[in-house]
Amino acid sequence: MSVIPEPRAAALPVLAPERSASAMPGKGARTGWPRRTRRPDPEAQEAAAISAADWRRPRVRITTTLLHGMLFLALVVTGLGPLLWMAKSAITPTRDTLTAPMALFPNGFAWENLWIAWNEVHVGTYFLNTVFLAIGCWAVQMIVATTAGYALSVLRPRYGPLLTSLVLCTLFVPSVVLLVPLYLTVLDPPLLHQSLINTFWAVWLPSGASAFNIVLVKKFFDNLPREIFEAAKTDGAGPYRVFWSIVLPMSKAILGVVSVFAIIASWKDFLWPMLVLPDIEVQPLSVRLPAIETTTDLGVFIAALAISTLIPVILFLLFQKTFLNSAGLGGAVKG
Amino acid sequence: MSVMRTQPGFGPESGRRTPLTWLRQGGHHTVILLLPMFLIFGVFSWYPIVRSVVMSVQKTNLVSAPVFVGWDNFAYVLSDPLLPTAVLNTLYFAGLALVFGYPVPLVAAVLMNEVRRRKGIFSALAYLPVVIPPVVSVLLWKLFYDGSSTGVFNTILGWVGIGPQPWIQSAASAMPSLVLQATWAGAGATIIIYLAALASVPPELYDAASVDGASIWRKIWHVTLPQLRGVLFITMILQIIATAQVFLEPFLLTGGGPANSTVTVLLMIYNYAFANSLGGDYGAATALSILVAIVLALFSLLYFRLTSRWSDS
Repeated sequence: MSVIPEPRAAALPVLAPERSASAMPGKGARTGWPRRTRRPDPEAQEAAAISAADWRRPRVRITTTLLHGMLFLALVVTGLGPLLWMAKSAITPTRDTLTAPMALFPNGFAWENLWIAWNEVHVGTYFLNTVFLAIGCWAVQMIVATTAGYALSVLRPRYGPLLTSLVLCTLFVPSVVLLVPLYLTVLDPPLLHQSLINTFWAVWLPSGASAFNIVLVKKFFDNLPREIFEAAKTDGAGPYRVFWSIVLPMSKAILGVVSVFAIIASWKDFLWPMLVLPDIEVQPLSVRLPAIETTTDLGVFIAALAISTLIPVILFLLFQKTFLNSAGLGGAVKG
Repeated sequence: MSVMRTQPGFGPESGRRTPLTWLRQGGHHTVILLLPMFLIFGVFSWYPIVRSVVMSVQKTNLVSAPVFVGWDNFAYVLSDPLLPTAVLNTLYFAGLALVFGYPVPLVAAVLMNEVRRRKGIFSALAYLPVVIPPVVSVLLWKLFYDGSSTGVFNTILGWVGIGPQPWIQSAASAMPSLVLQATWAGAGATIIIYLAALASVPPELYDAASVDGASIWRKIWHVTLPQLRGVLFITMILQIIATAQVFLEPFLLTGGGPANSTVTVLLMIYNYAFANSLGGDYGAATALSILVAIVLALFSLLYFRLTSRWSDS
């Protein structure tokens, strides 16, 4: 039975341990750090319908360049446009945004919007809440995914395949089914019998139950050379030592992908934190923004929107390669 | 699946197992390492899944003890006069999302695949909207959709001499407006998936086609698009699964209105369980979730069949 989706390692360099190991020699977890060198990638040019010979024909060159120019323009308008508008309006006086939303600073700037949003609307507090939520979700997901992946892939207990399929089963269950029972579970968790409502644990712990992470990590560990584990075992390394000193350092590529997924998913999450964090003091930005929409001055509100967008966009610009590789991967596995 | 090689690392090595040999072989280490998964999945995934099935045949309101009511919850949900509207709205959303969101990323990806220099800038620009937190992008579009003549979109329409549109304020244009926003927010991810698939097309296919004298259009039609067939199916199923659970856009943009024109199935589930301050109808909510899950499970199954076949080849 093969319901396990195979991440297409060949097409996605980040998933192939050997290649990523050679791409990142030695030190630093700089997974997916953008390459500074600007030389054209020869492989990228090969798999294209327009061949080098085609490119030498003037008509093809002009048409294609024109089409690409139009595409570029469309991408700038749709991809960058709304962000730029948000950045502009965040520092524009409310009156100008209301009367002439597309004009460029007709009556000067309103830098105080940012200050008011951060301090008086308490965006700073919600921002920190969002950061704490993201860090906790990341930690929980990393712990669960790496330990489970290691146990199921490297230690391989006898009941391993059964556990793996139990985890995979949850991929079939859409998140909407879990909404109500999960809420009631958090309200009165088994064993603990202490409501997690209004604590960050209510968001952190359920985020760890991601079958997708375990599939990704386990598949990656499956492809690591087992000879190394055997050698380490012969040298007297215990299972924890092998996990910490061999498997994890060899898996920076996939850990980077899981980290990106975890942090971005947590930053984006809205419905779940809204349900389990009714106390305003502990709410993240995503929950607070719709709540303050009607009661906040428009310019300040847009400043708050801009502040909440900053971190994801910066993360994306820094780790572009990891993001885009993960996105390509999403199509192959995510359900 | 290349998992079952017989060369266990620290796991069980040989046939006869007593608790002592189990301990000596490090079986307890395996259990300790599996503990986080057991606890997290047990409490926050397996248990709630089972619980939702149980709750769907119970009357629960957290105050009095749950009572077994059989199919009553399902009957109640299925006879809710709002359900047909919500189902139709969800189908309408899914259909529009396919019409808007299917061809645009495809054309963009095929074009982008021909870019020879600075391809990265194209992908980065296309992916930017996906990075913006959904709540921010929905609230931002709410401002864009402002129905007055000084709304952002209406200002732009004014430049080309078109009068102000009501966007999300009229029952007729509310749903298309929601889909437009959702498409904008999601198209980048689809483009990247297509590009990843296109990157794995063997270059020899194009070379062979060139040698045979195929024109560029014929190469795109006979080489590029057939290579995308698998991934096209998969993104379609993923999109259907995602759109069936659409919640954020109607919840934040329109609240289901105007005149219930944007009530979706998930919005109904939310309203059953959480919108009533007197205590939620958890039974009805789980019953409807399970109905949704059954429909989606069929699509998921199709998806898994396709992905496993697709990656085997």
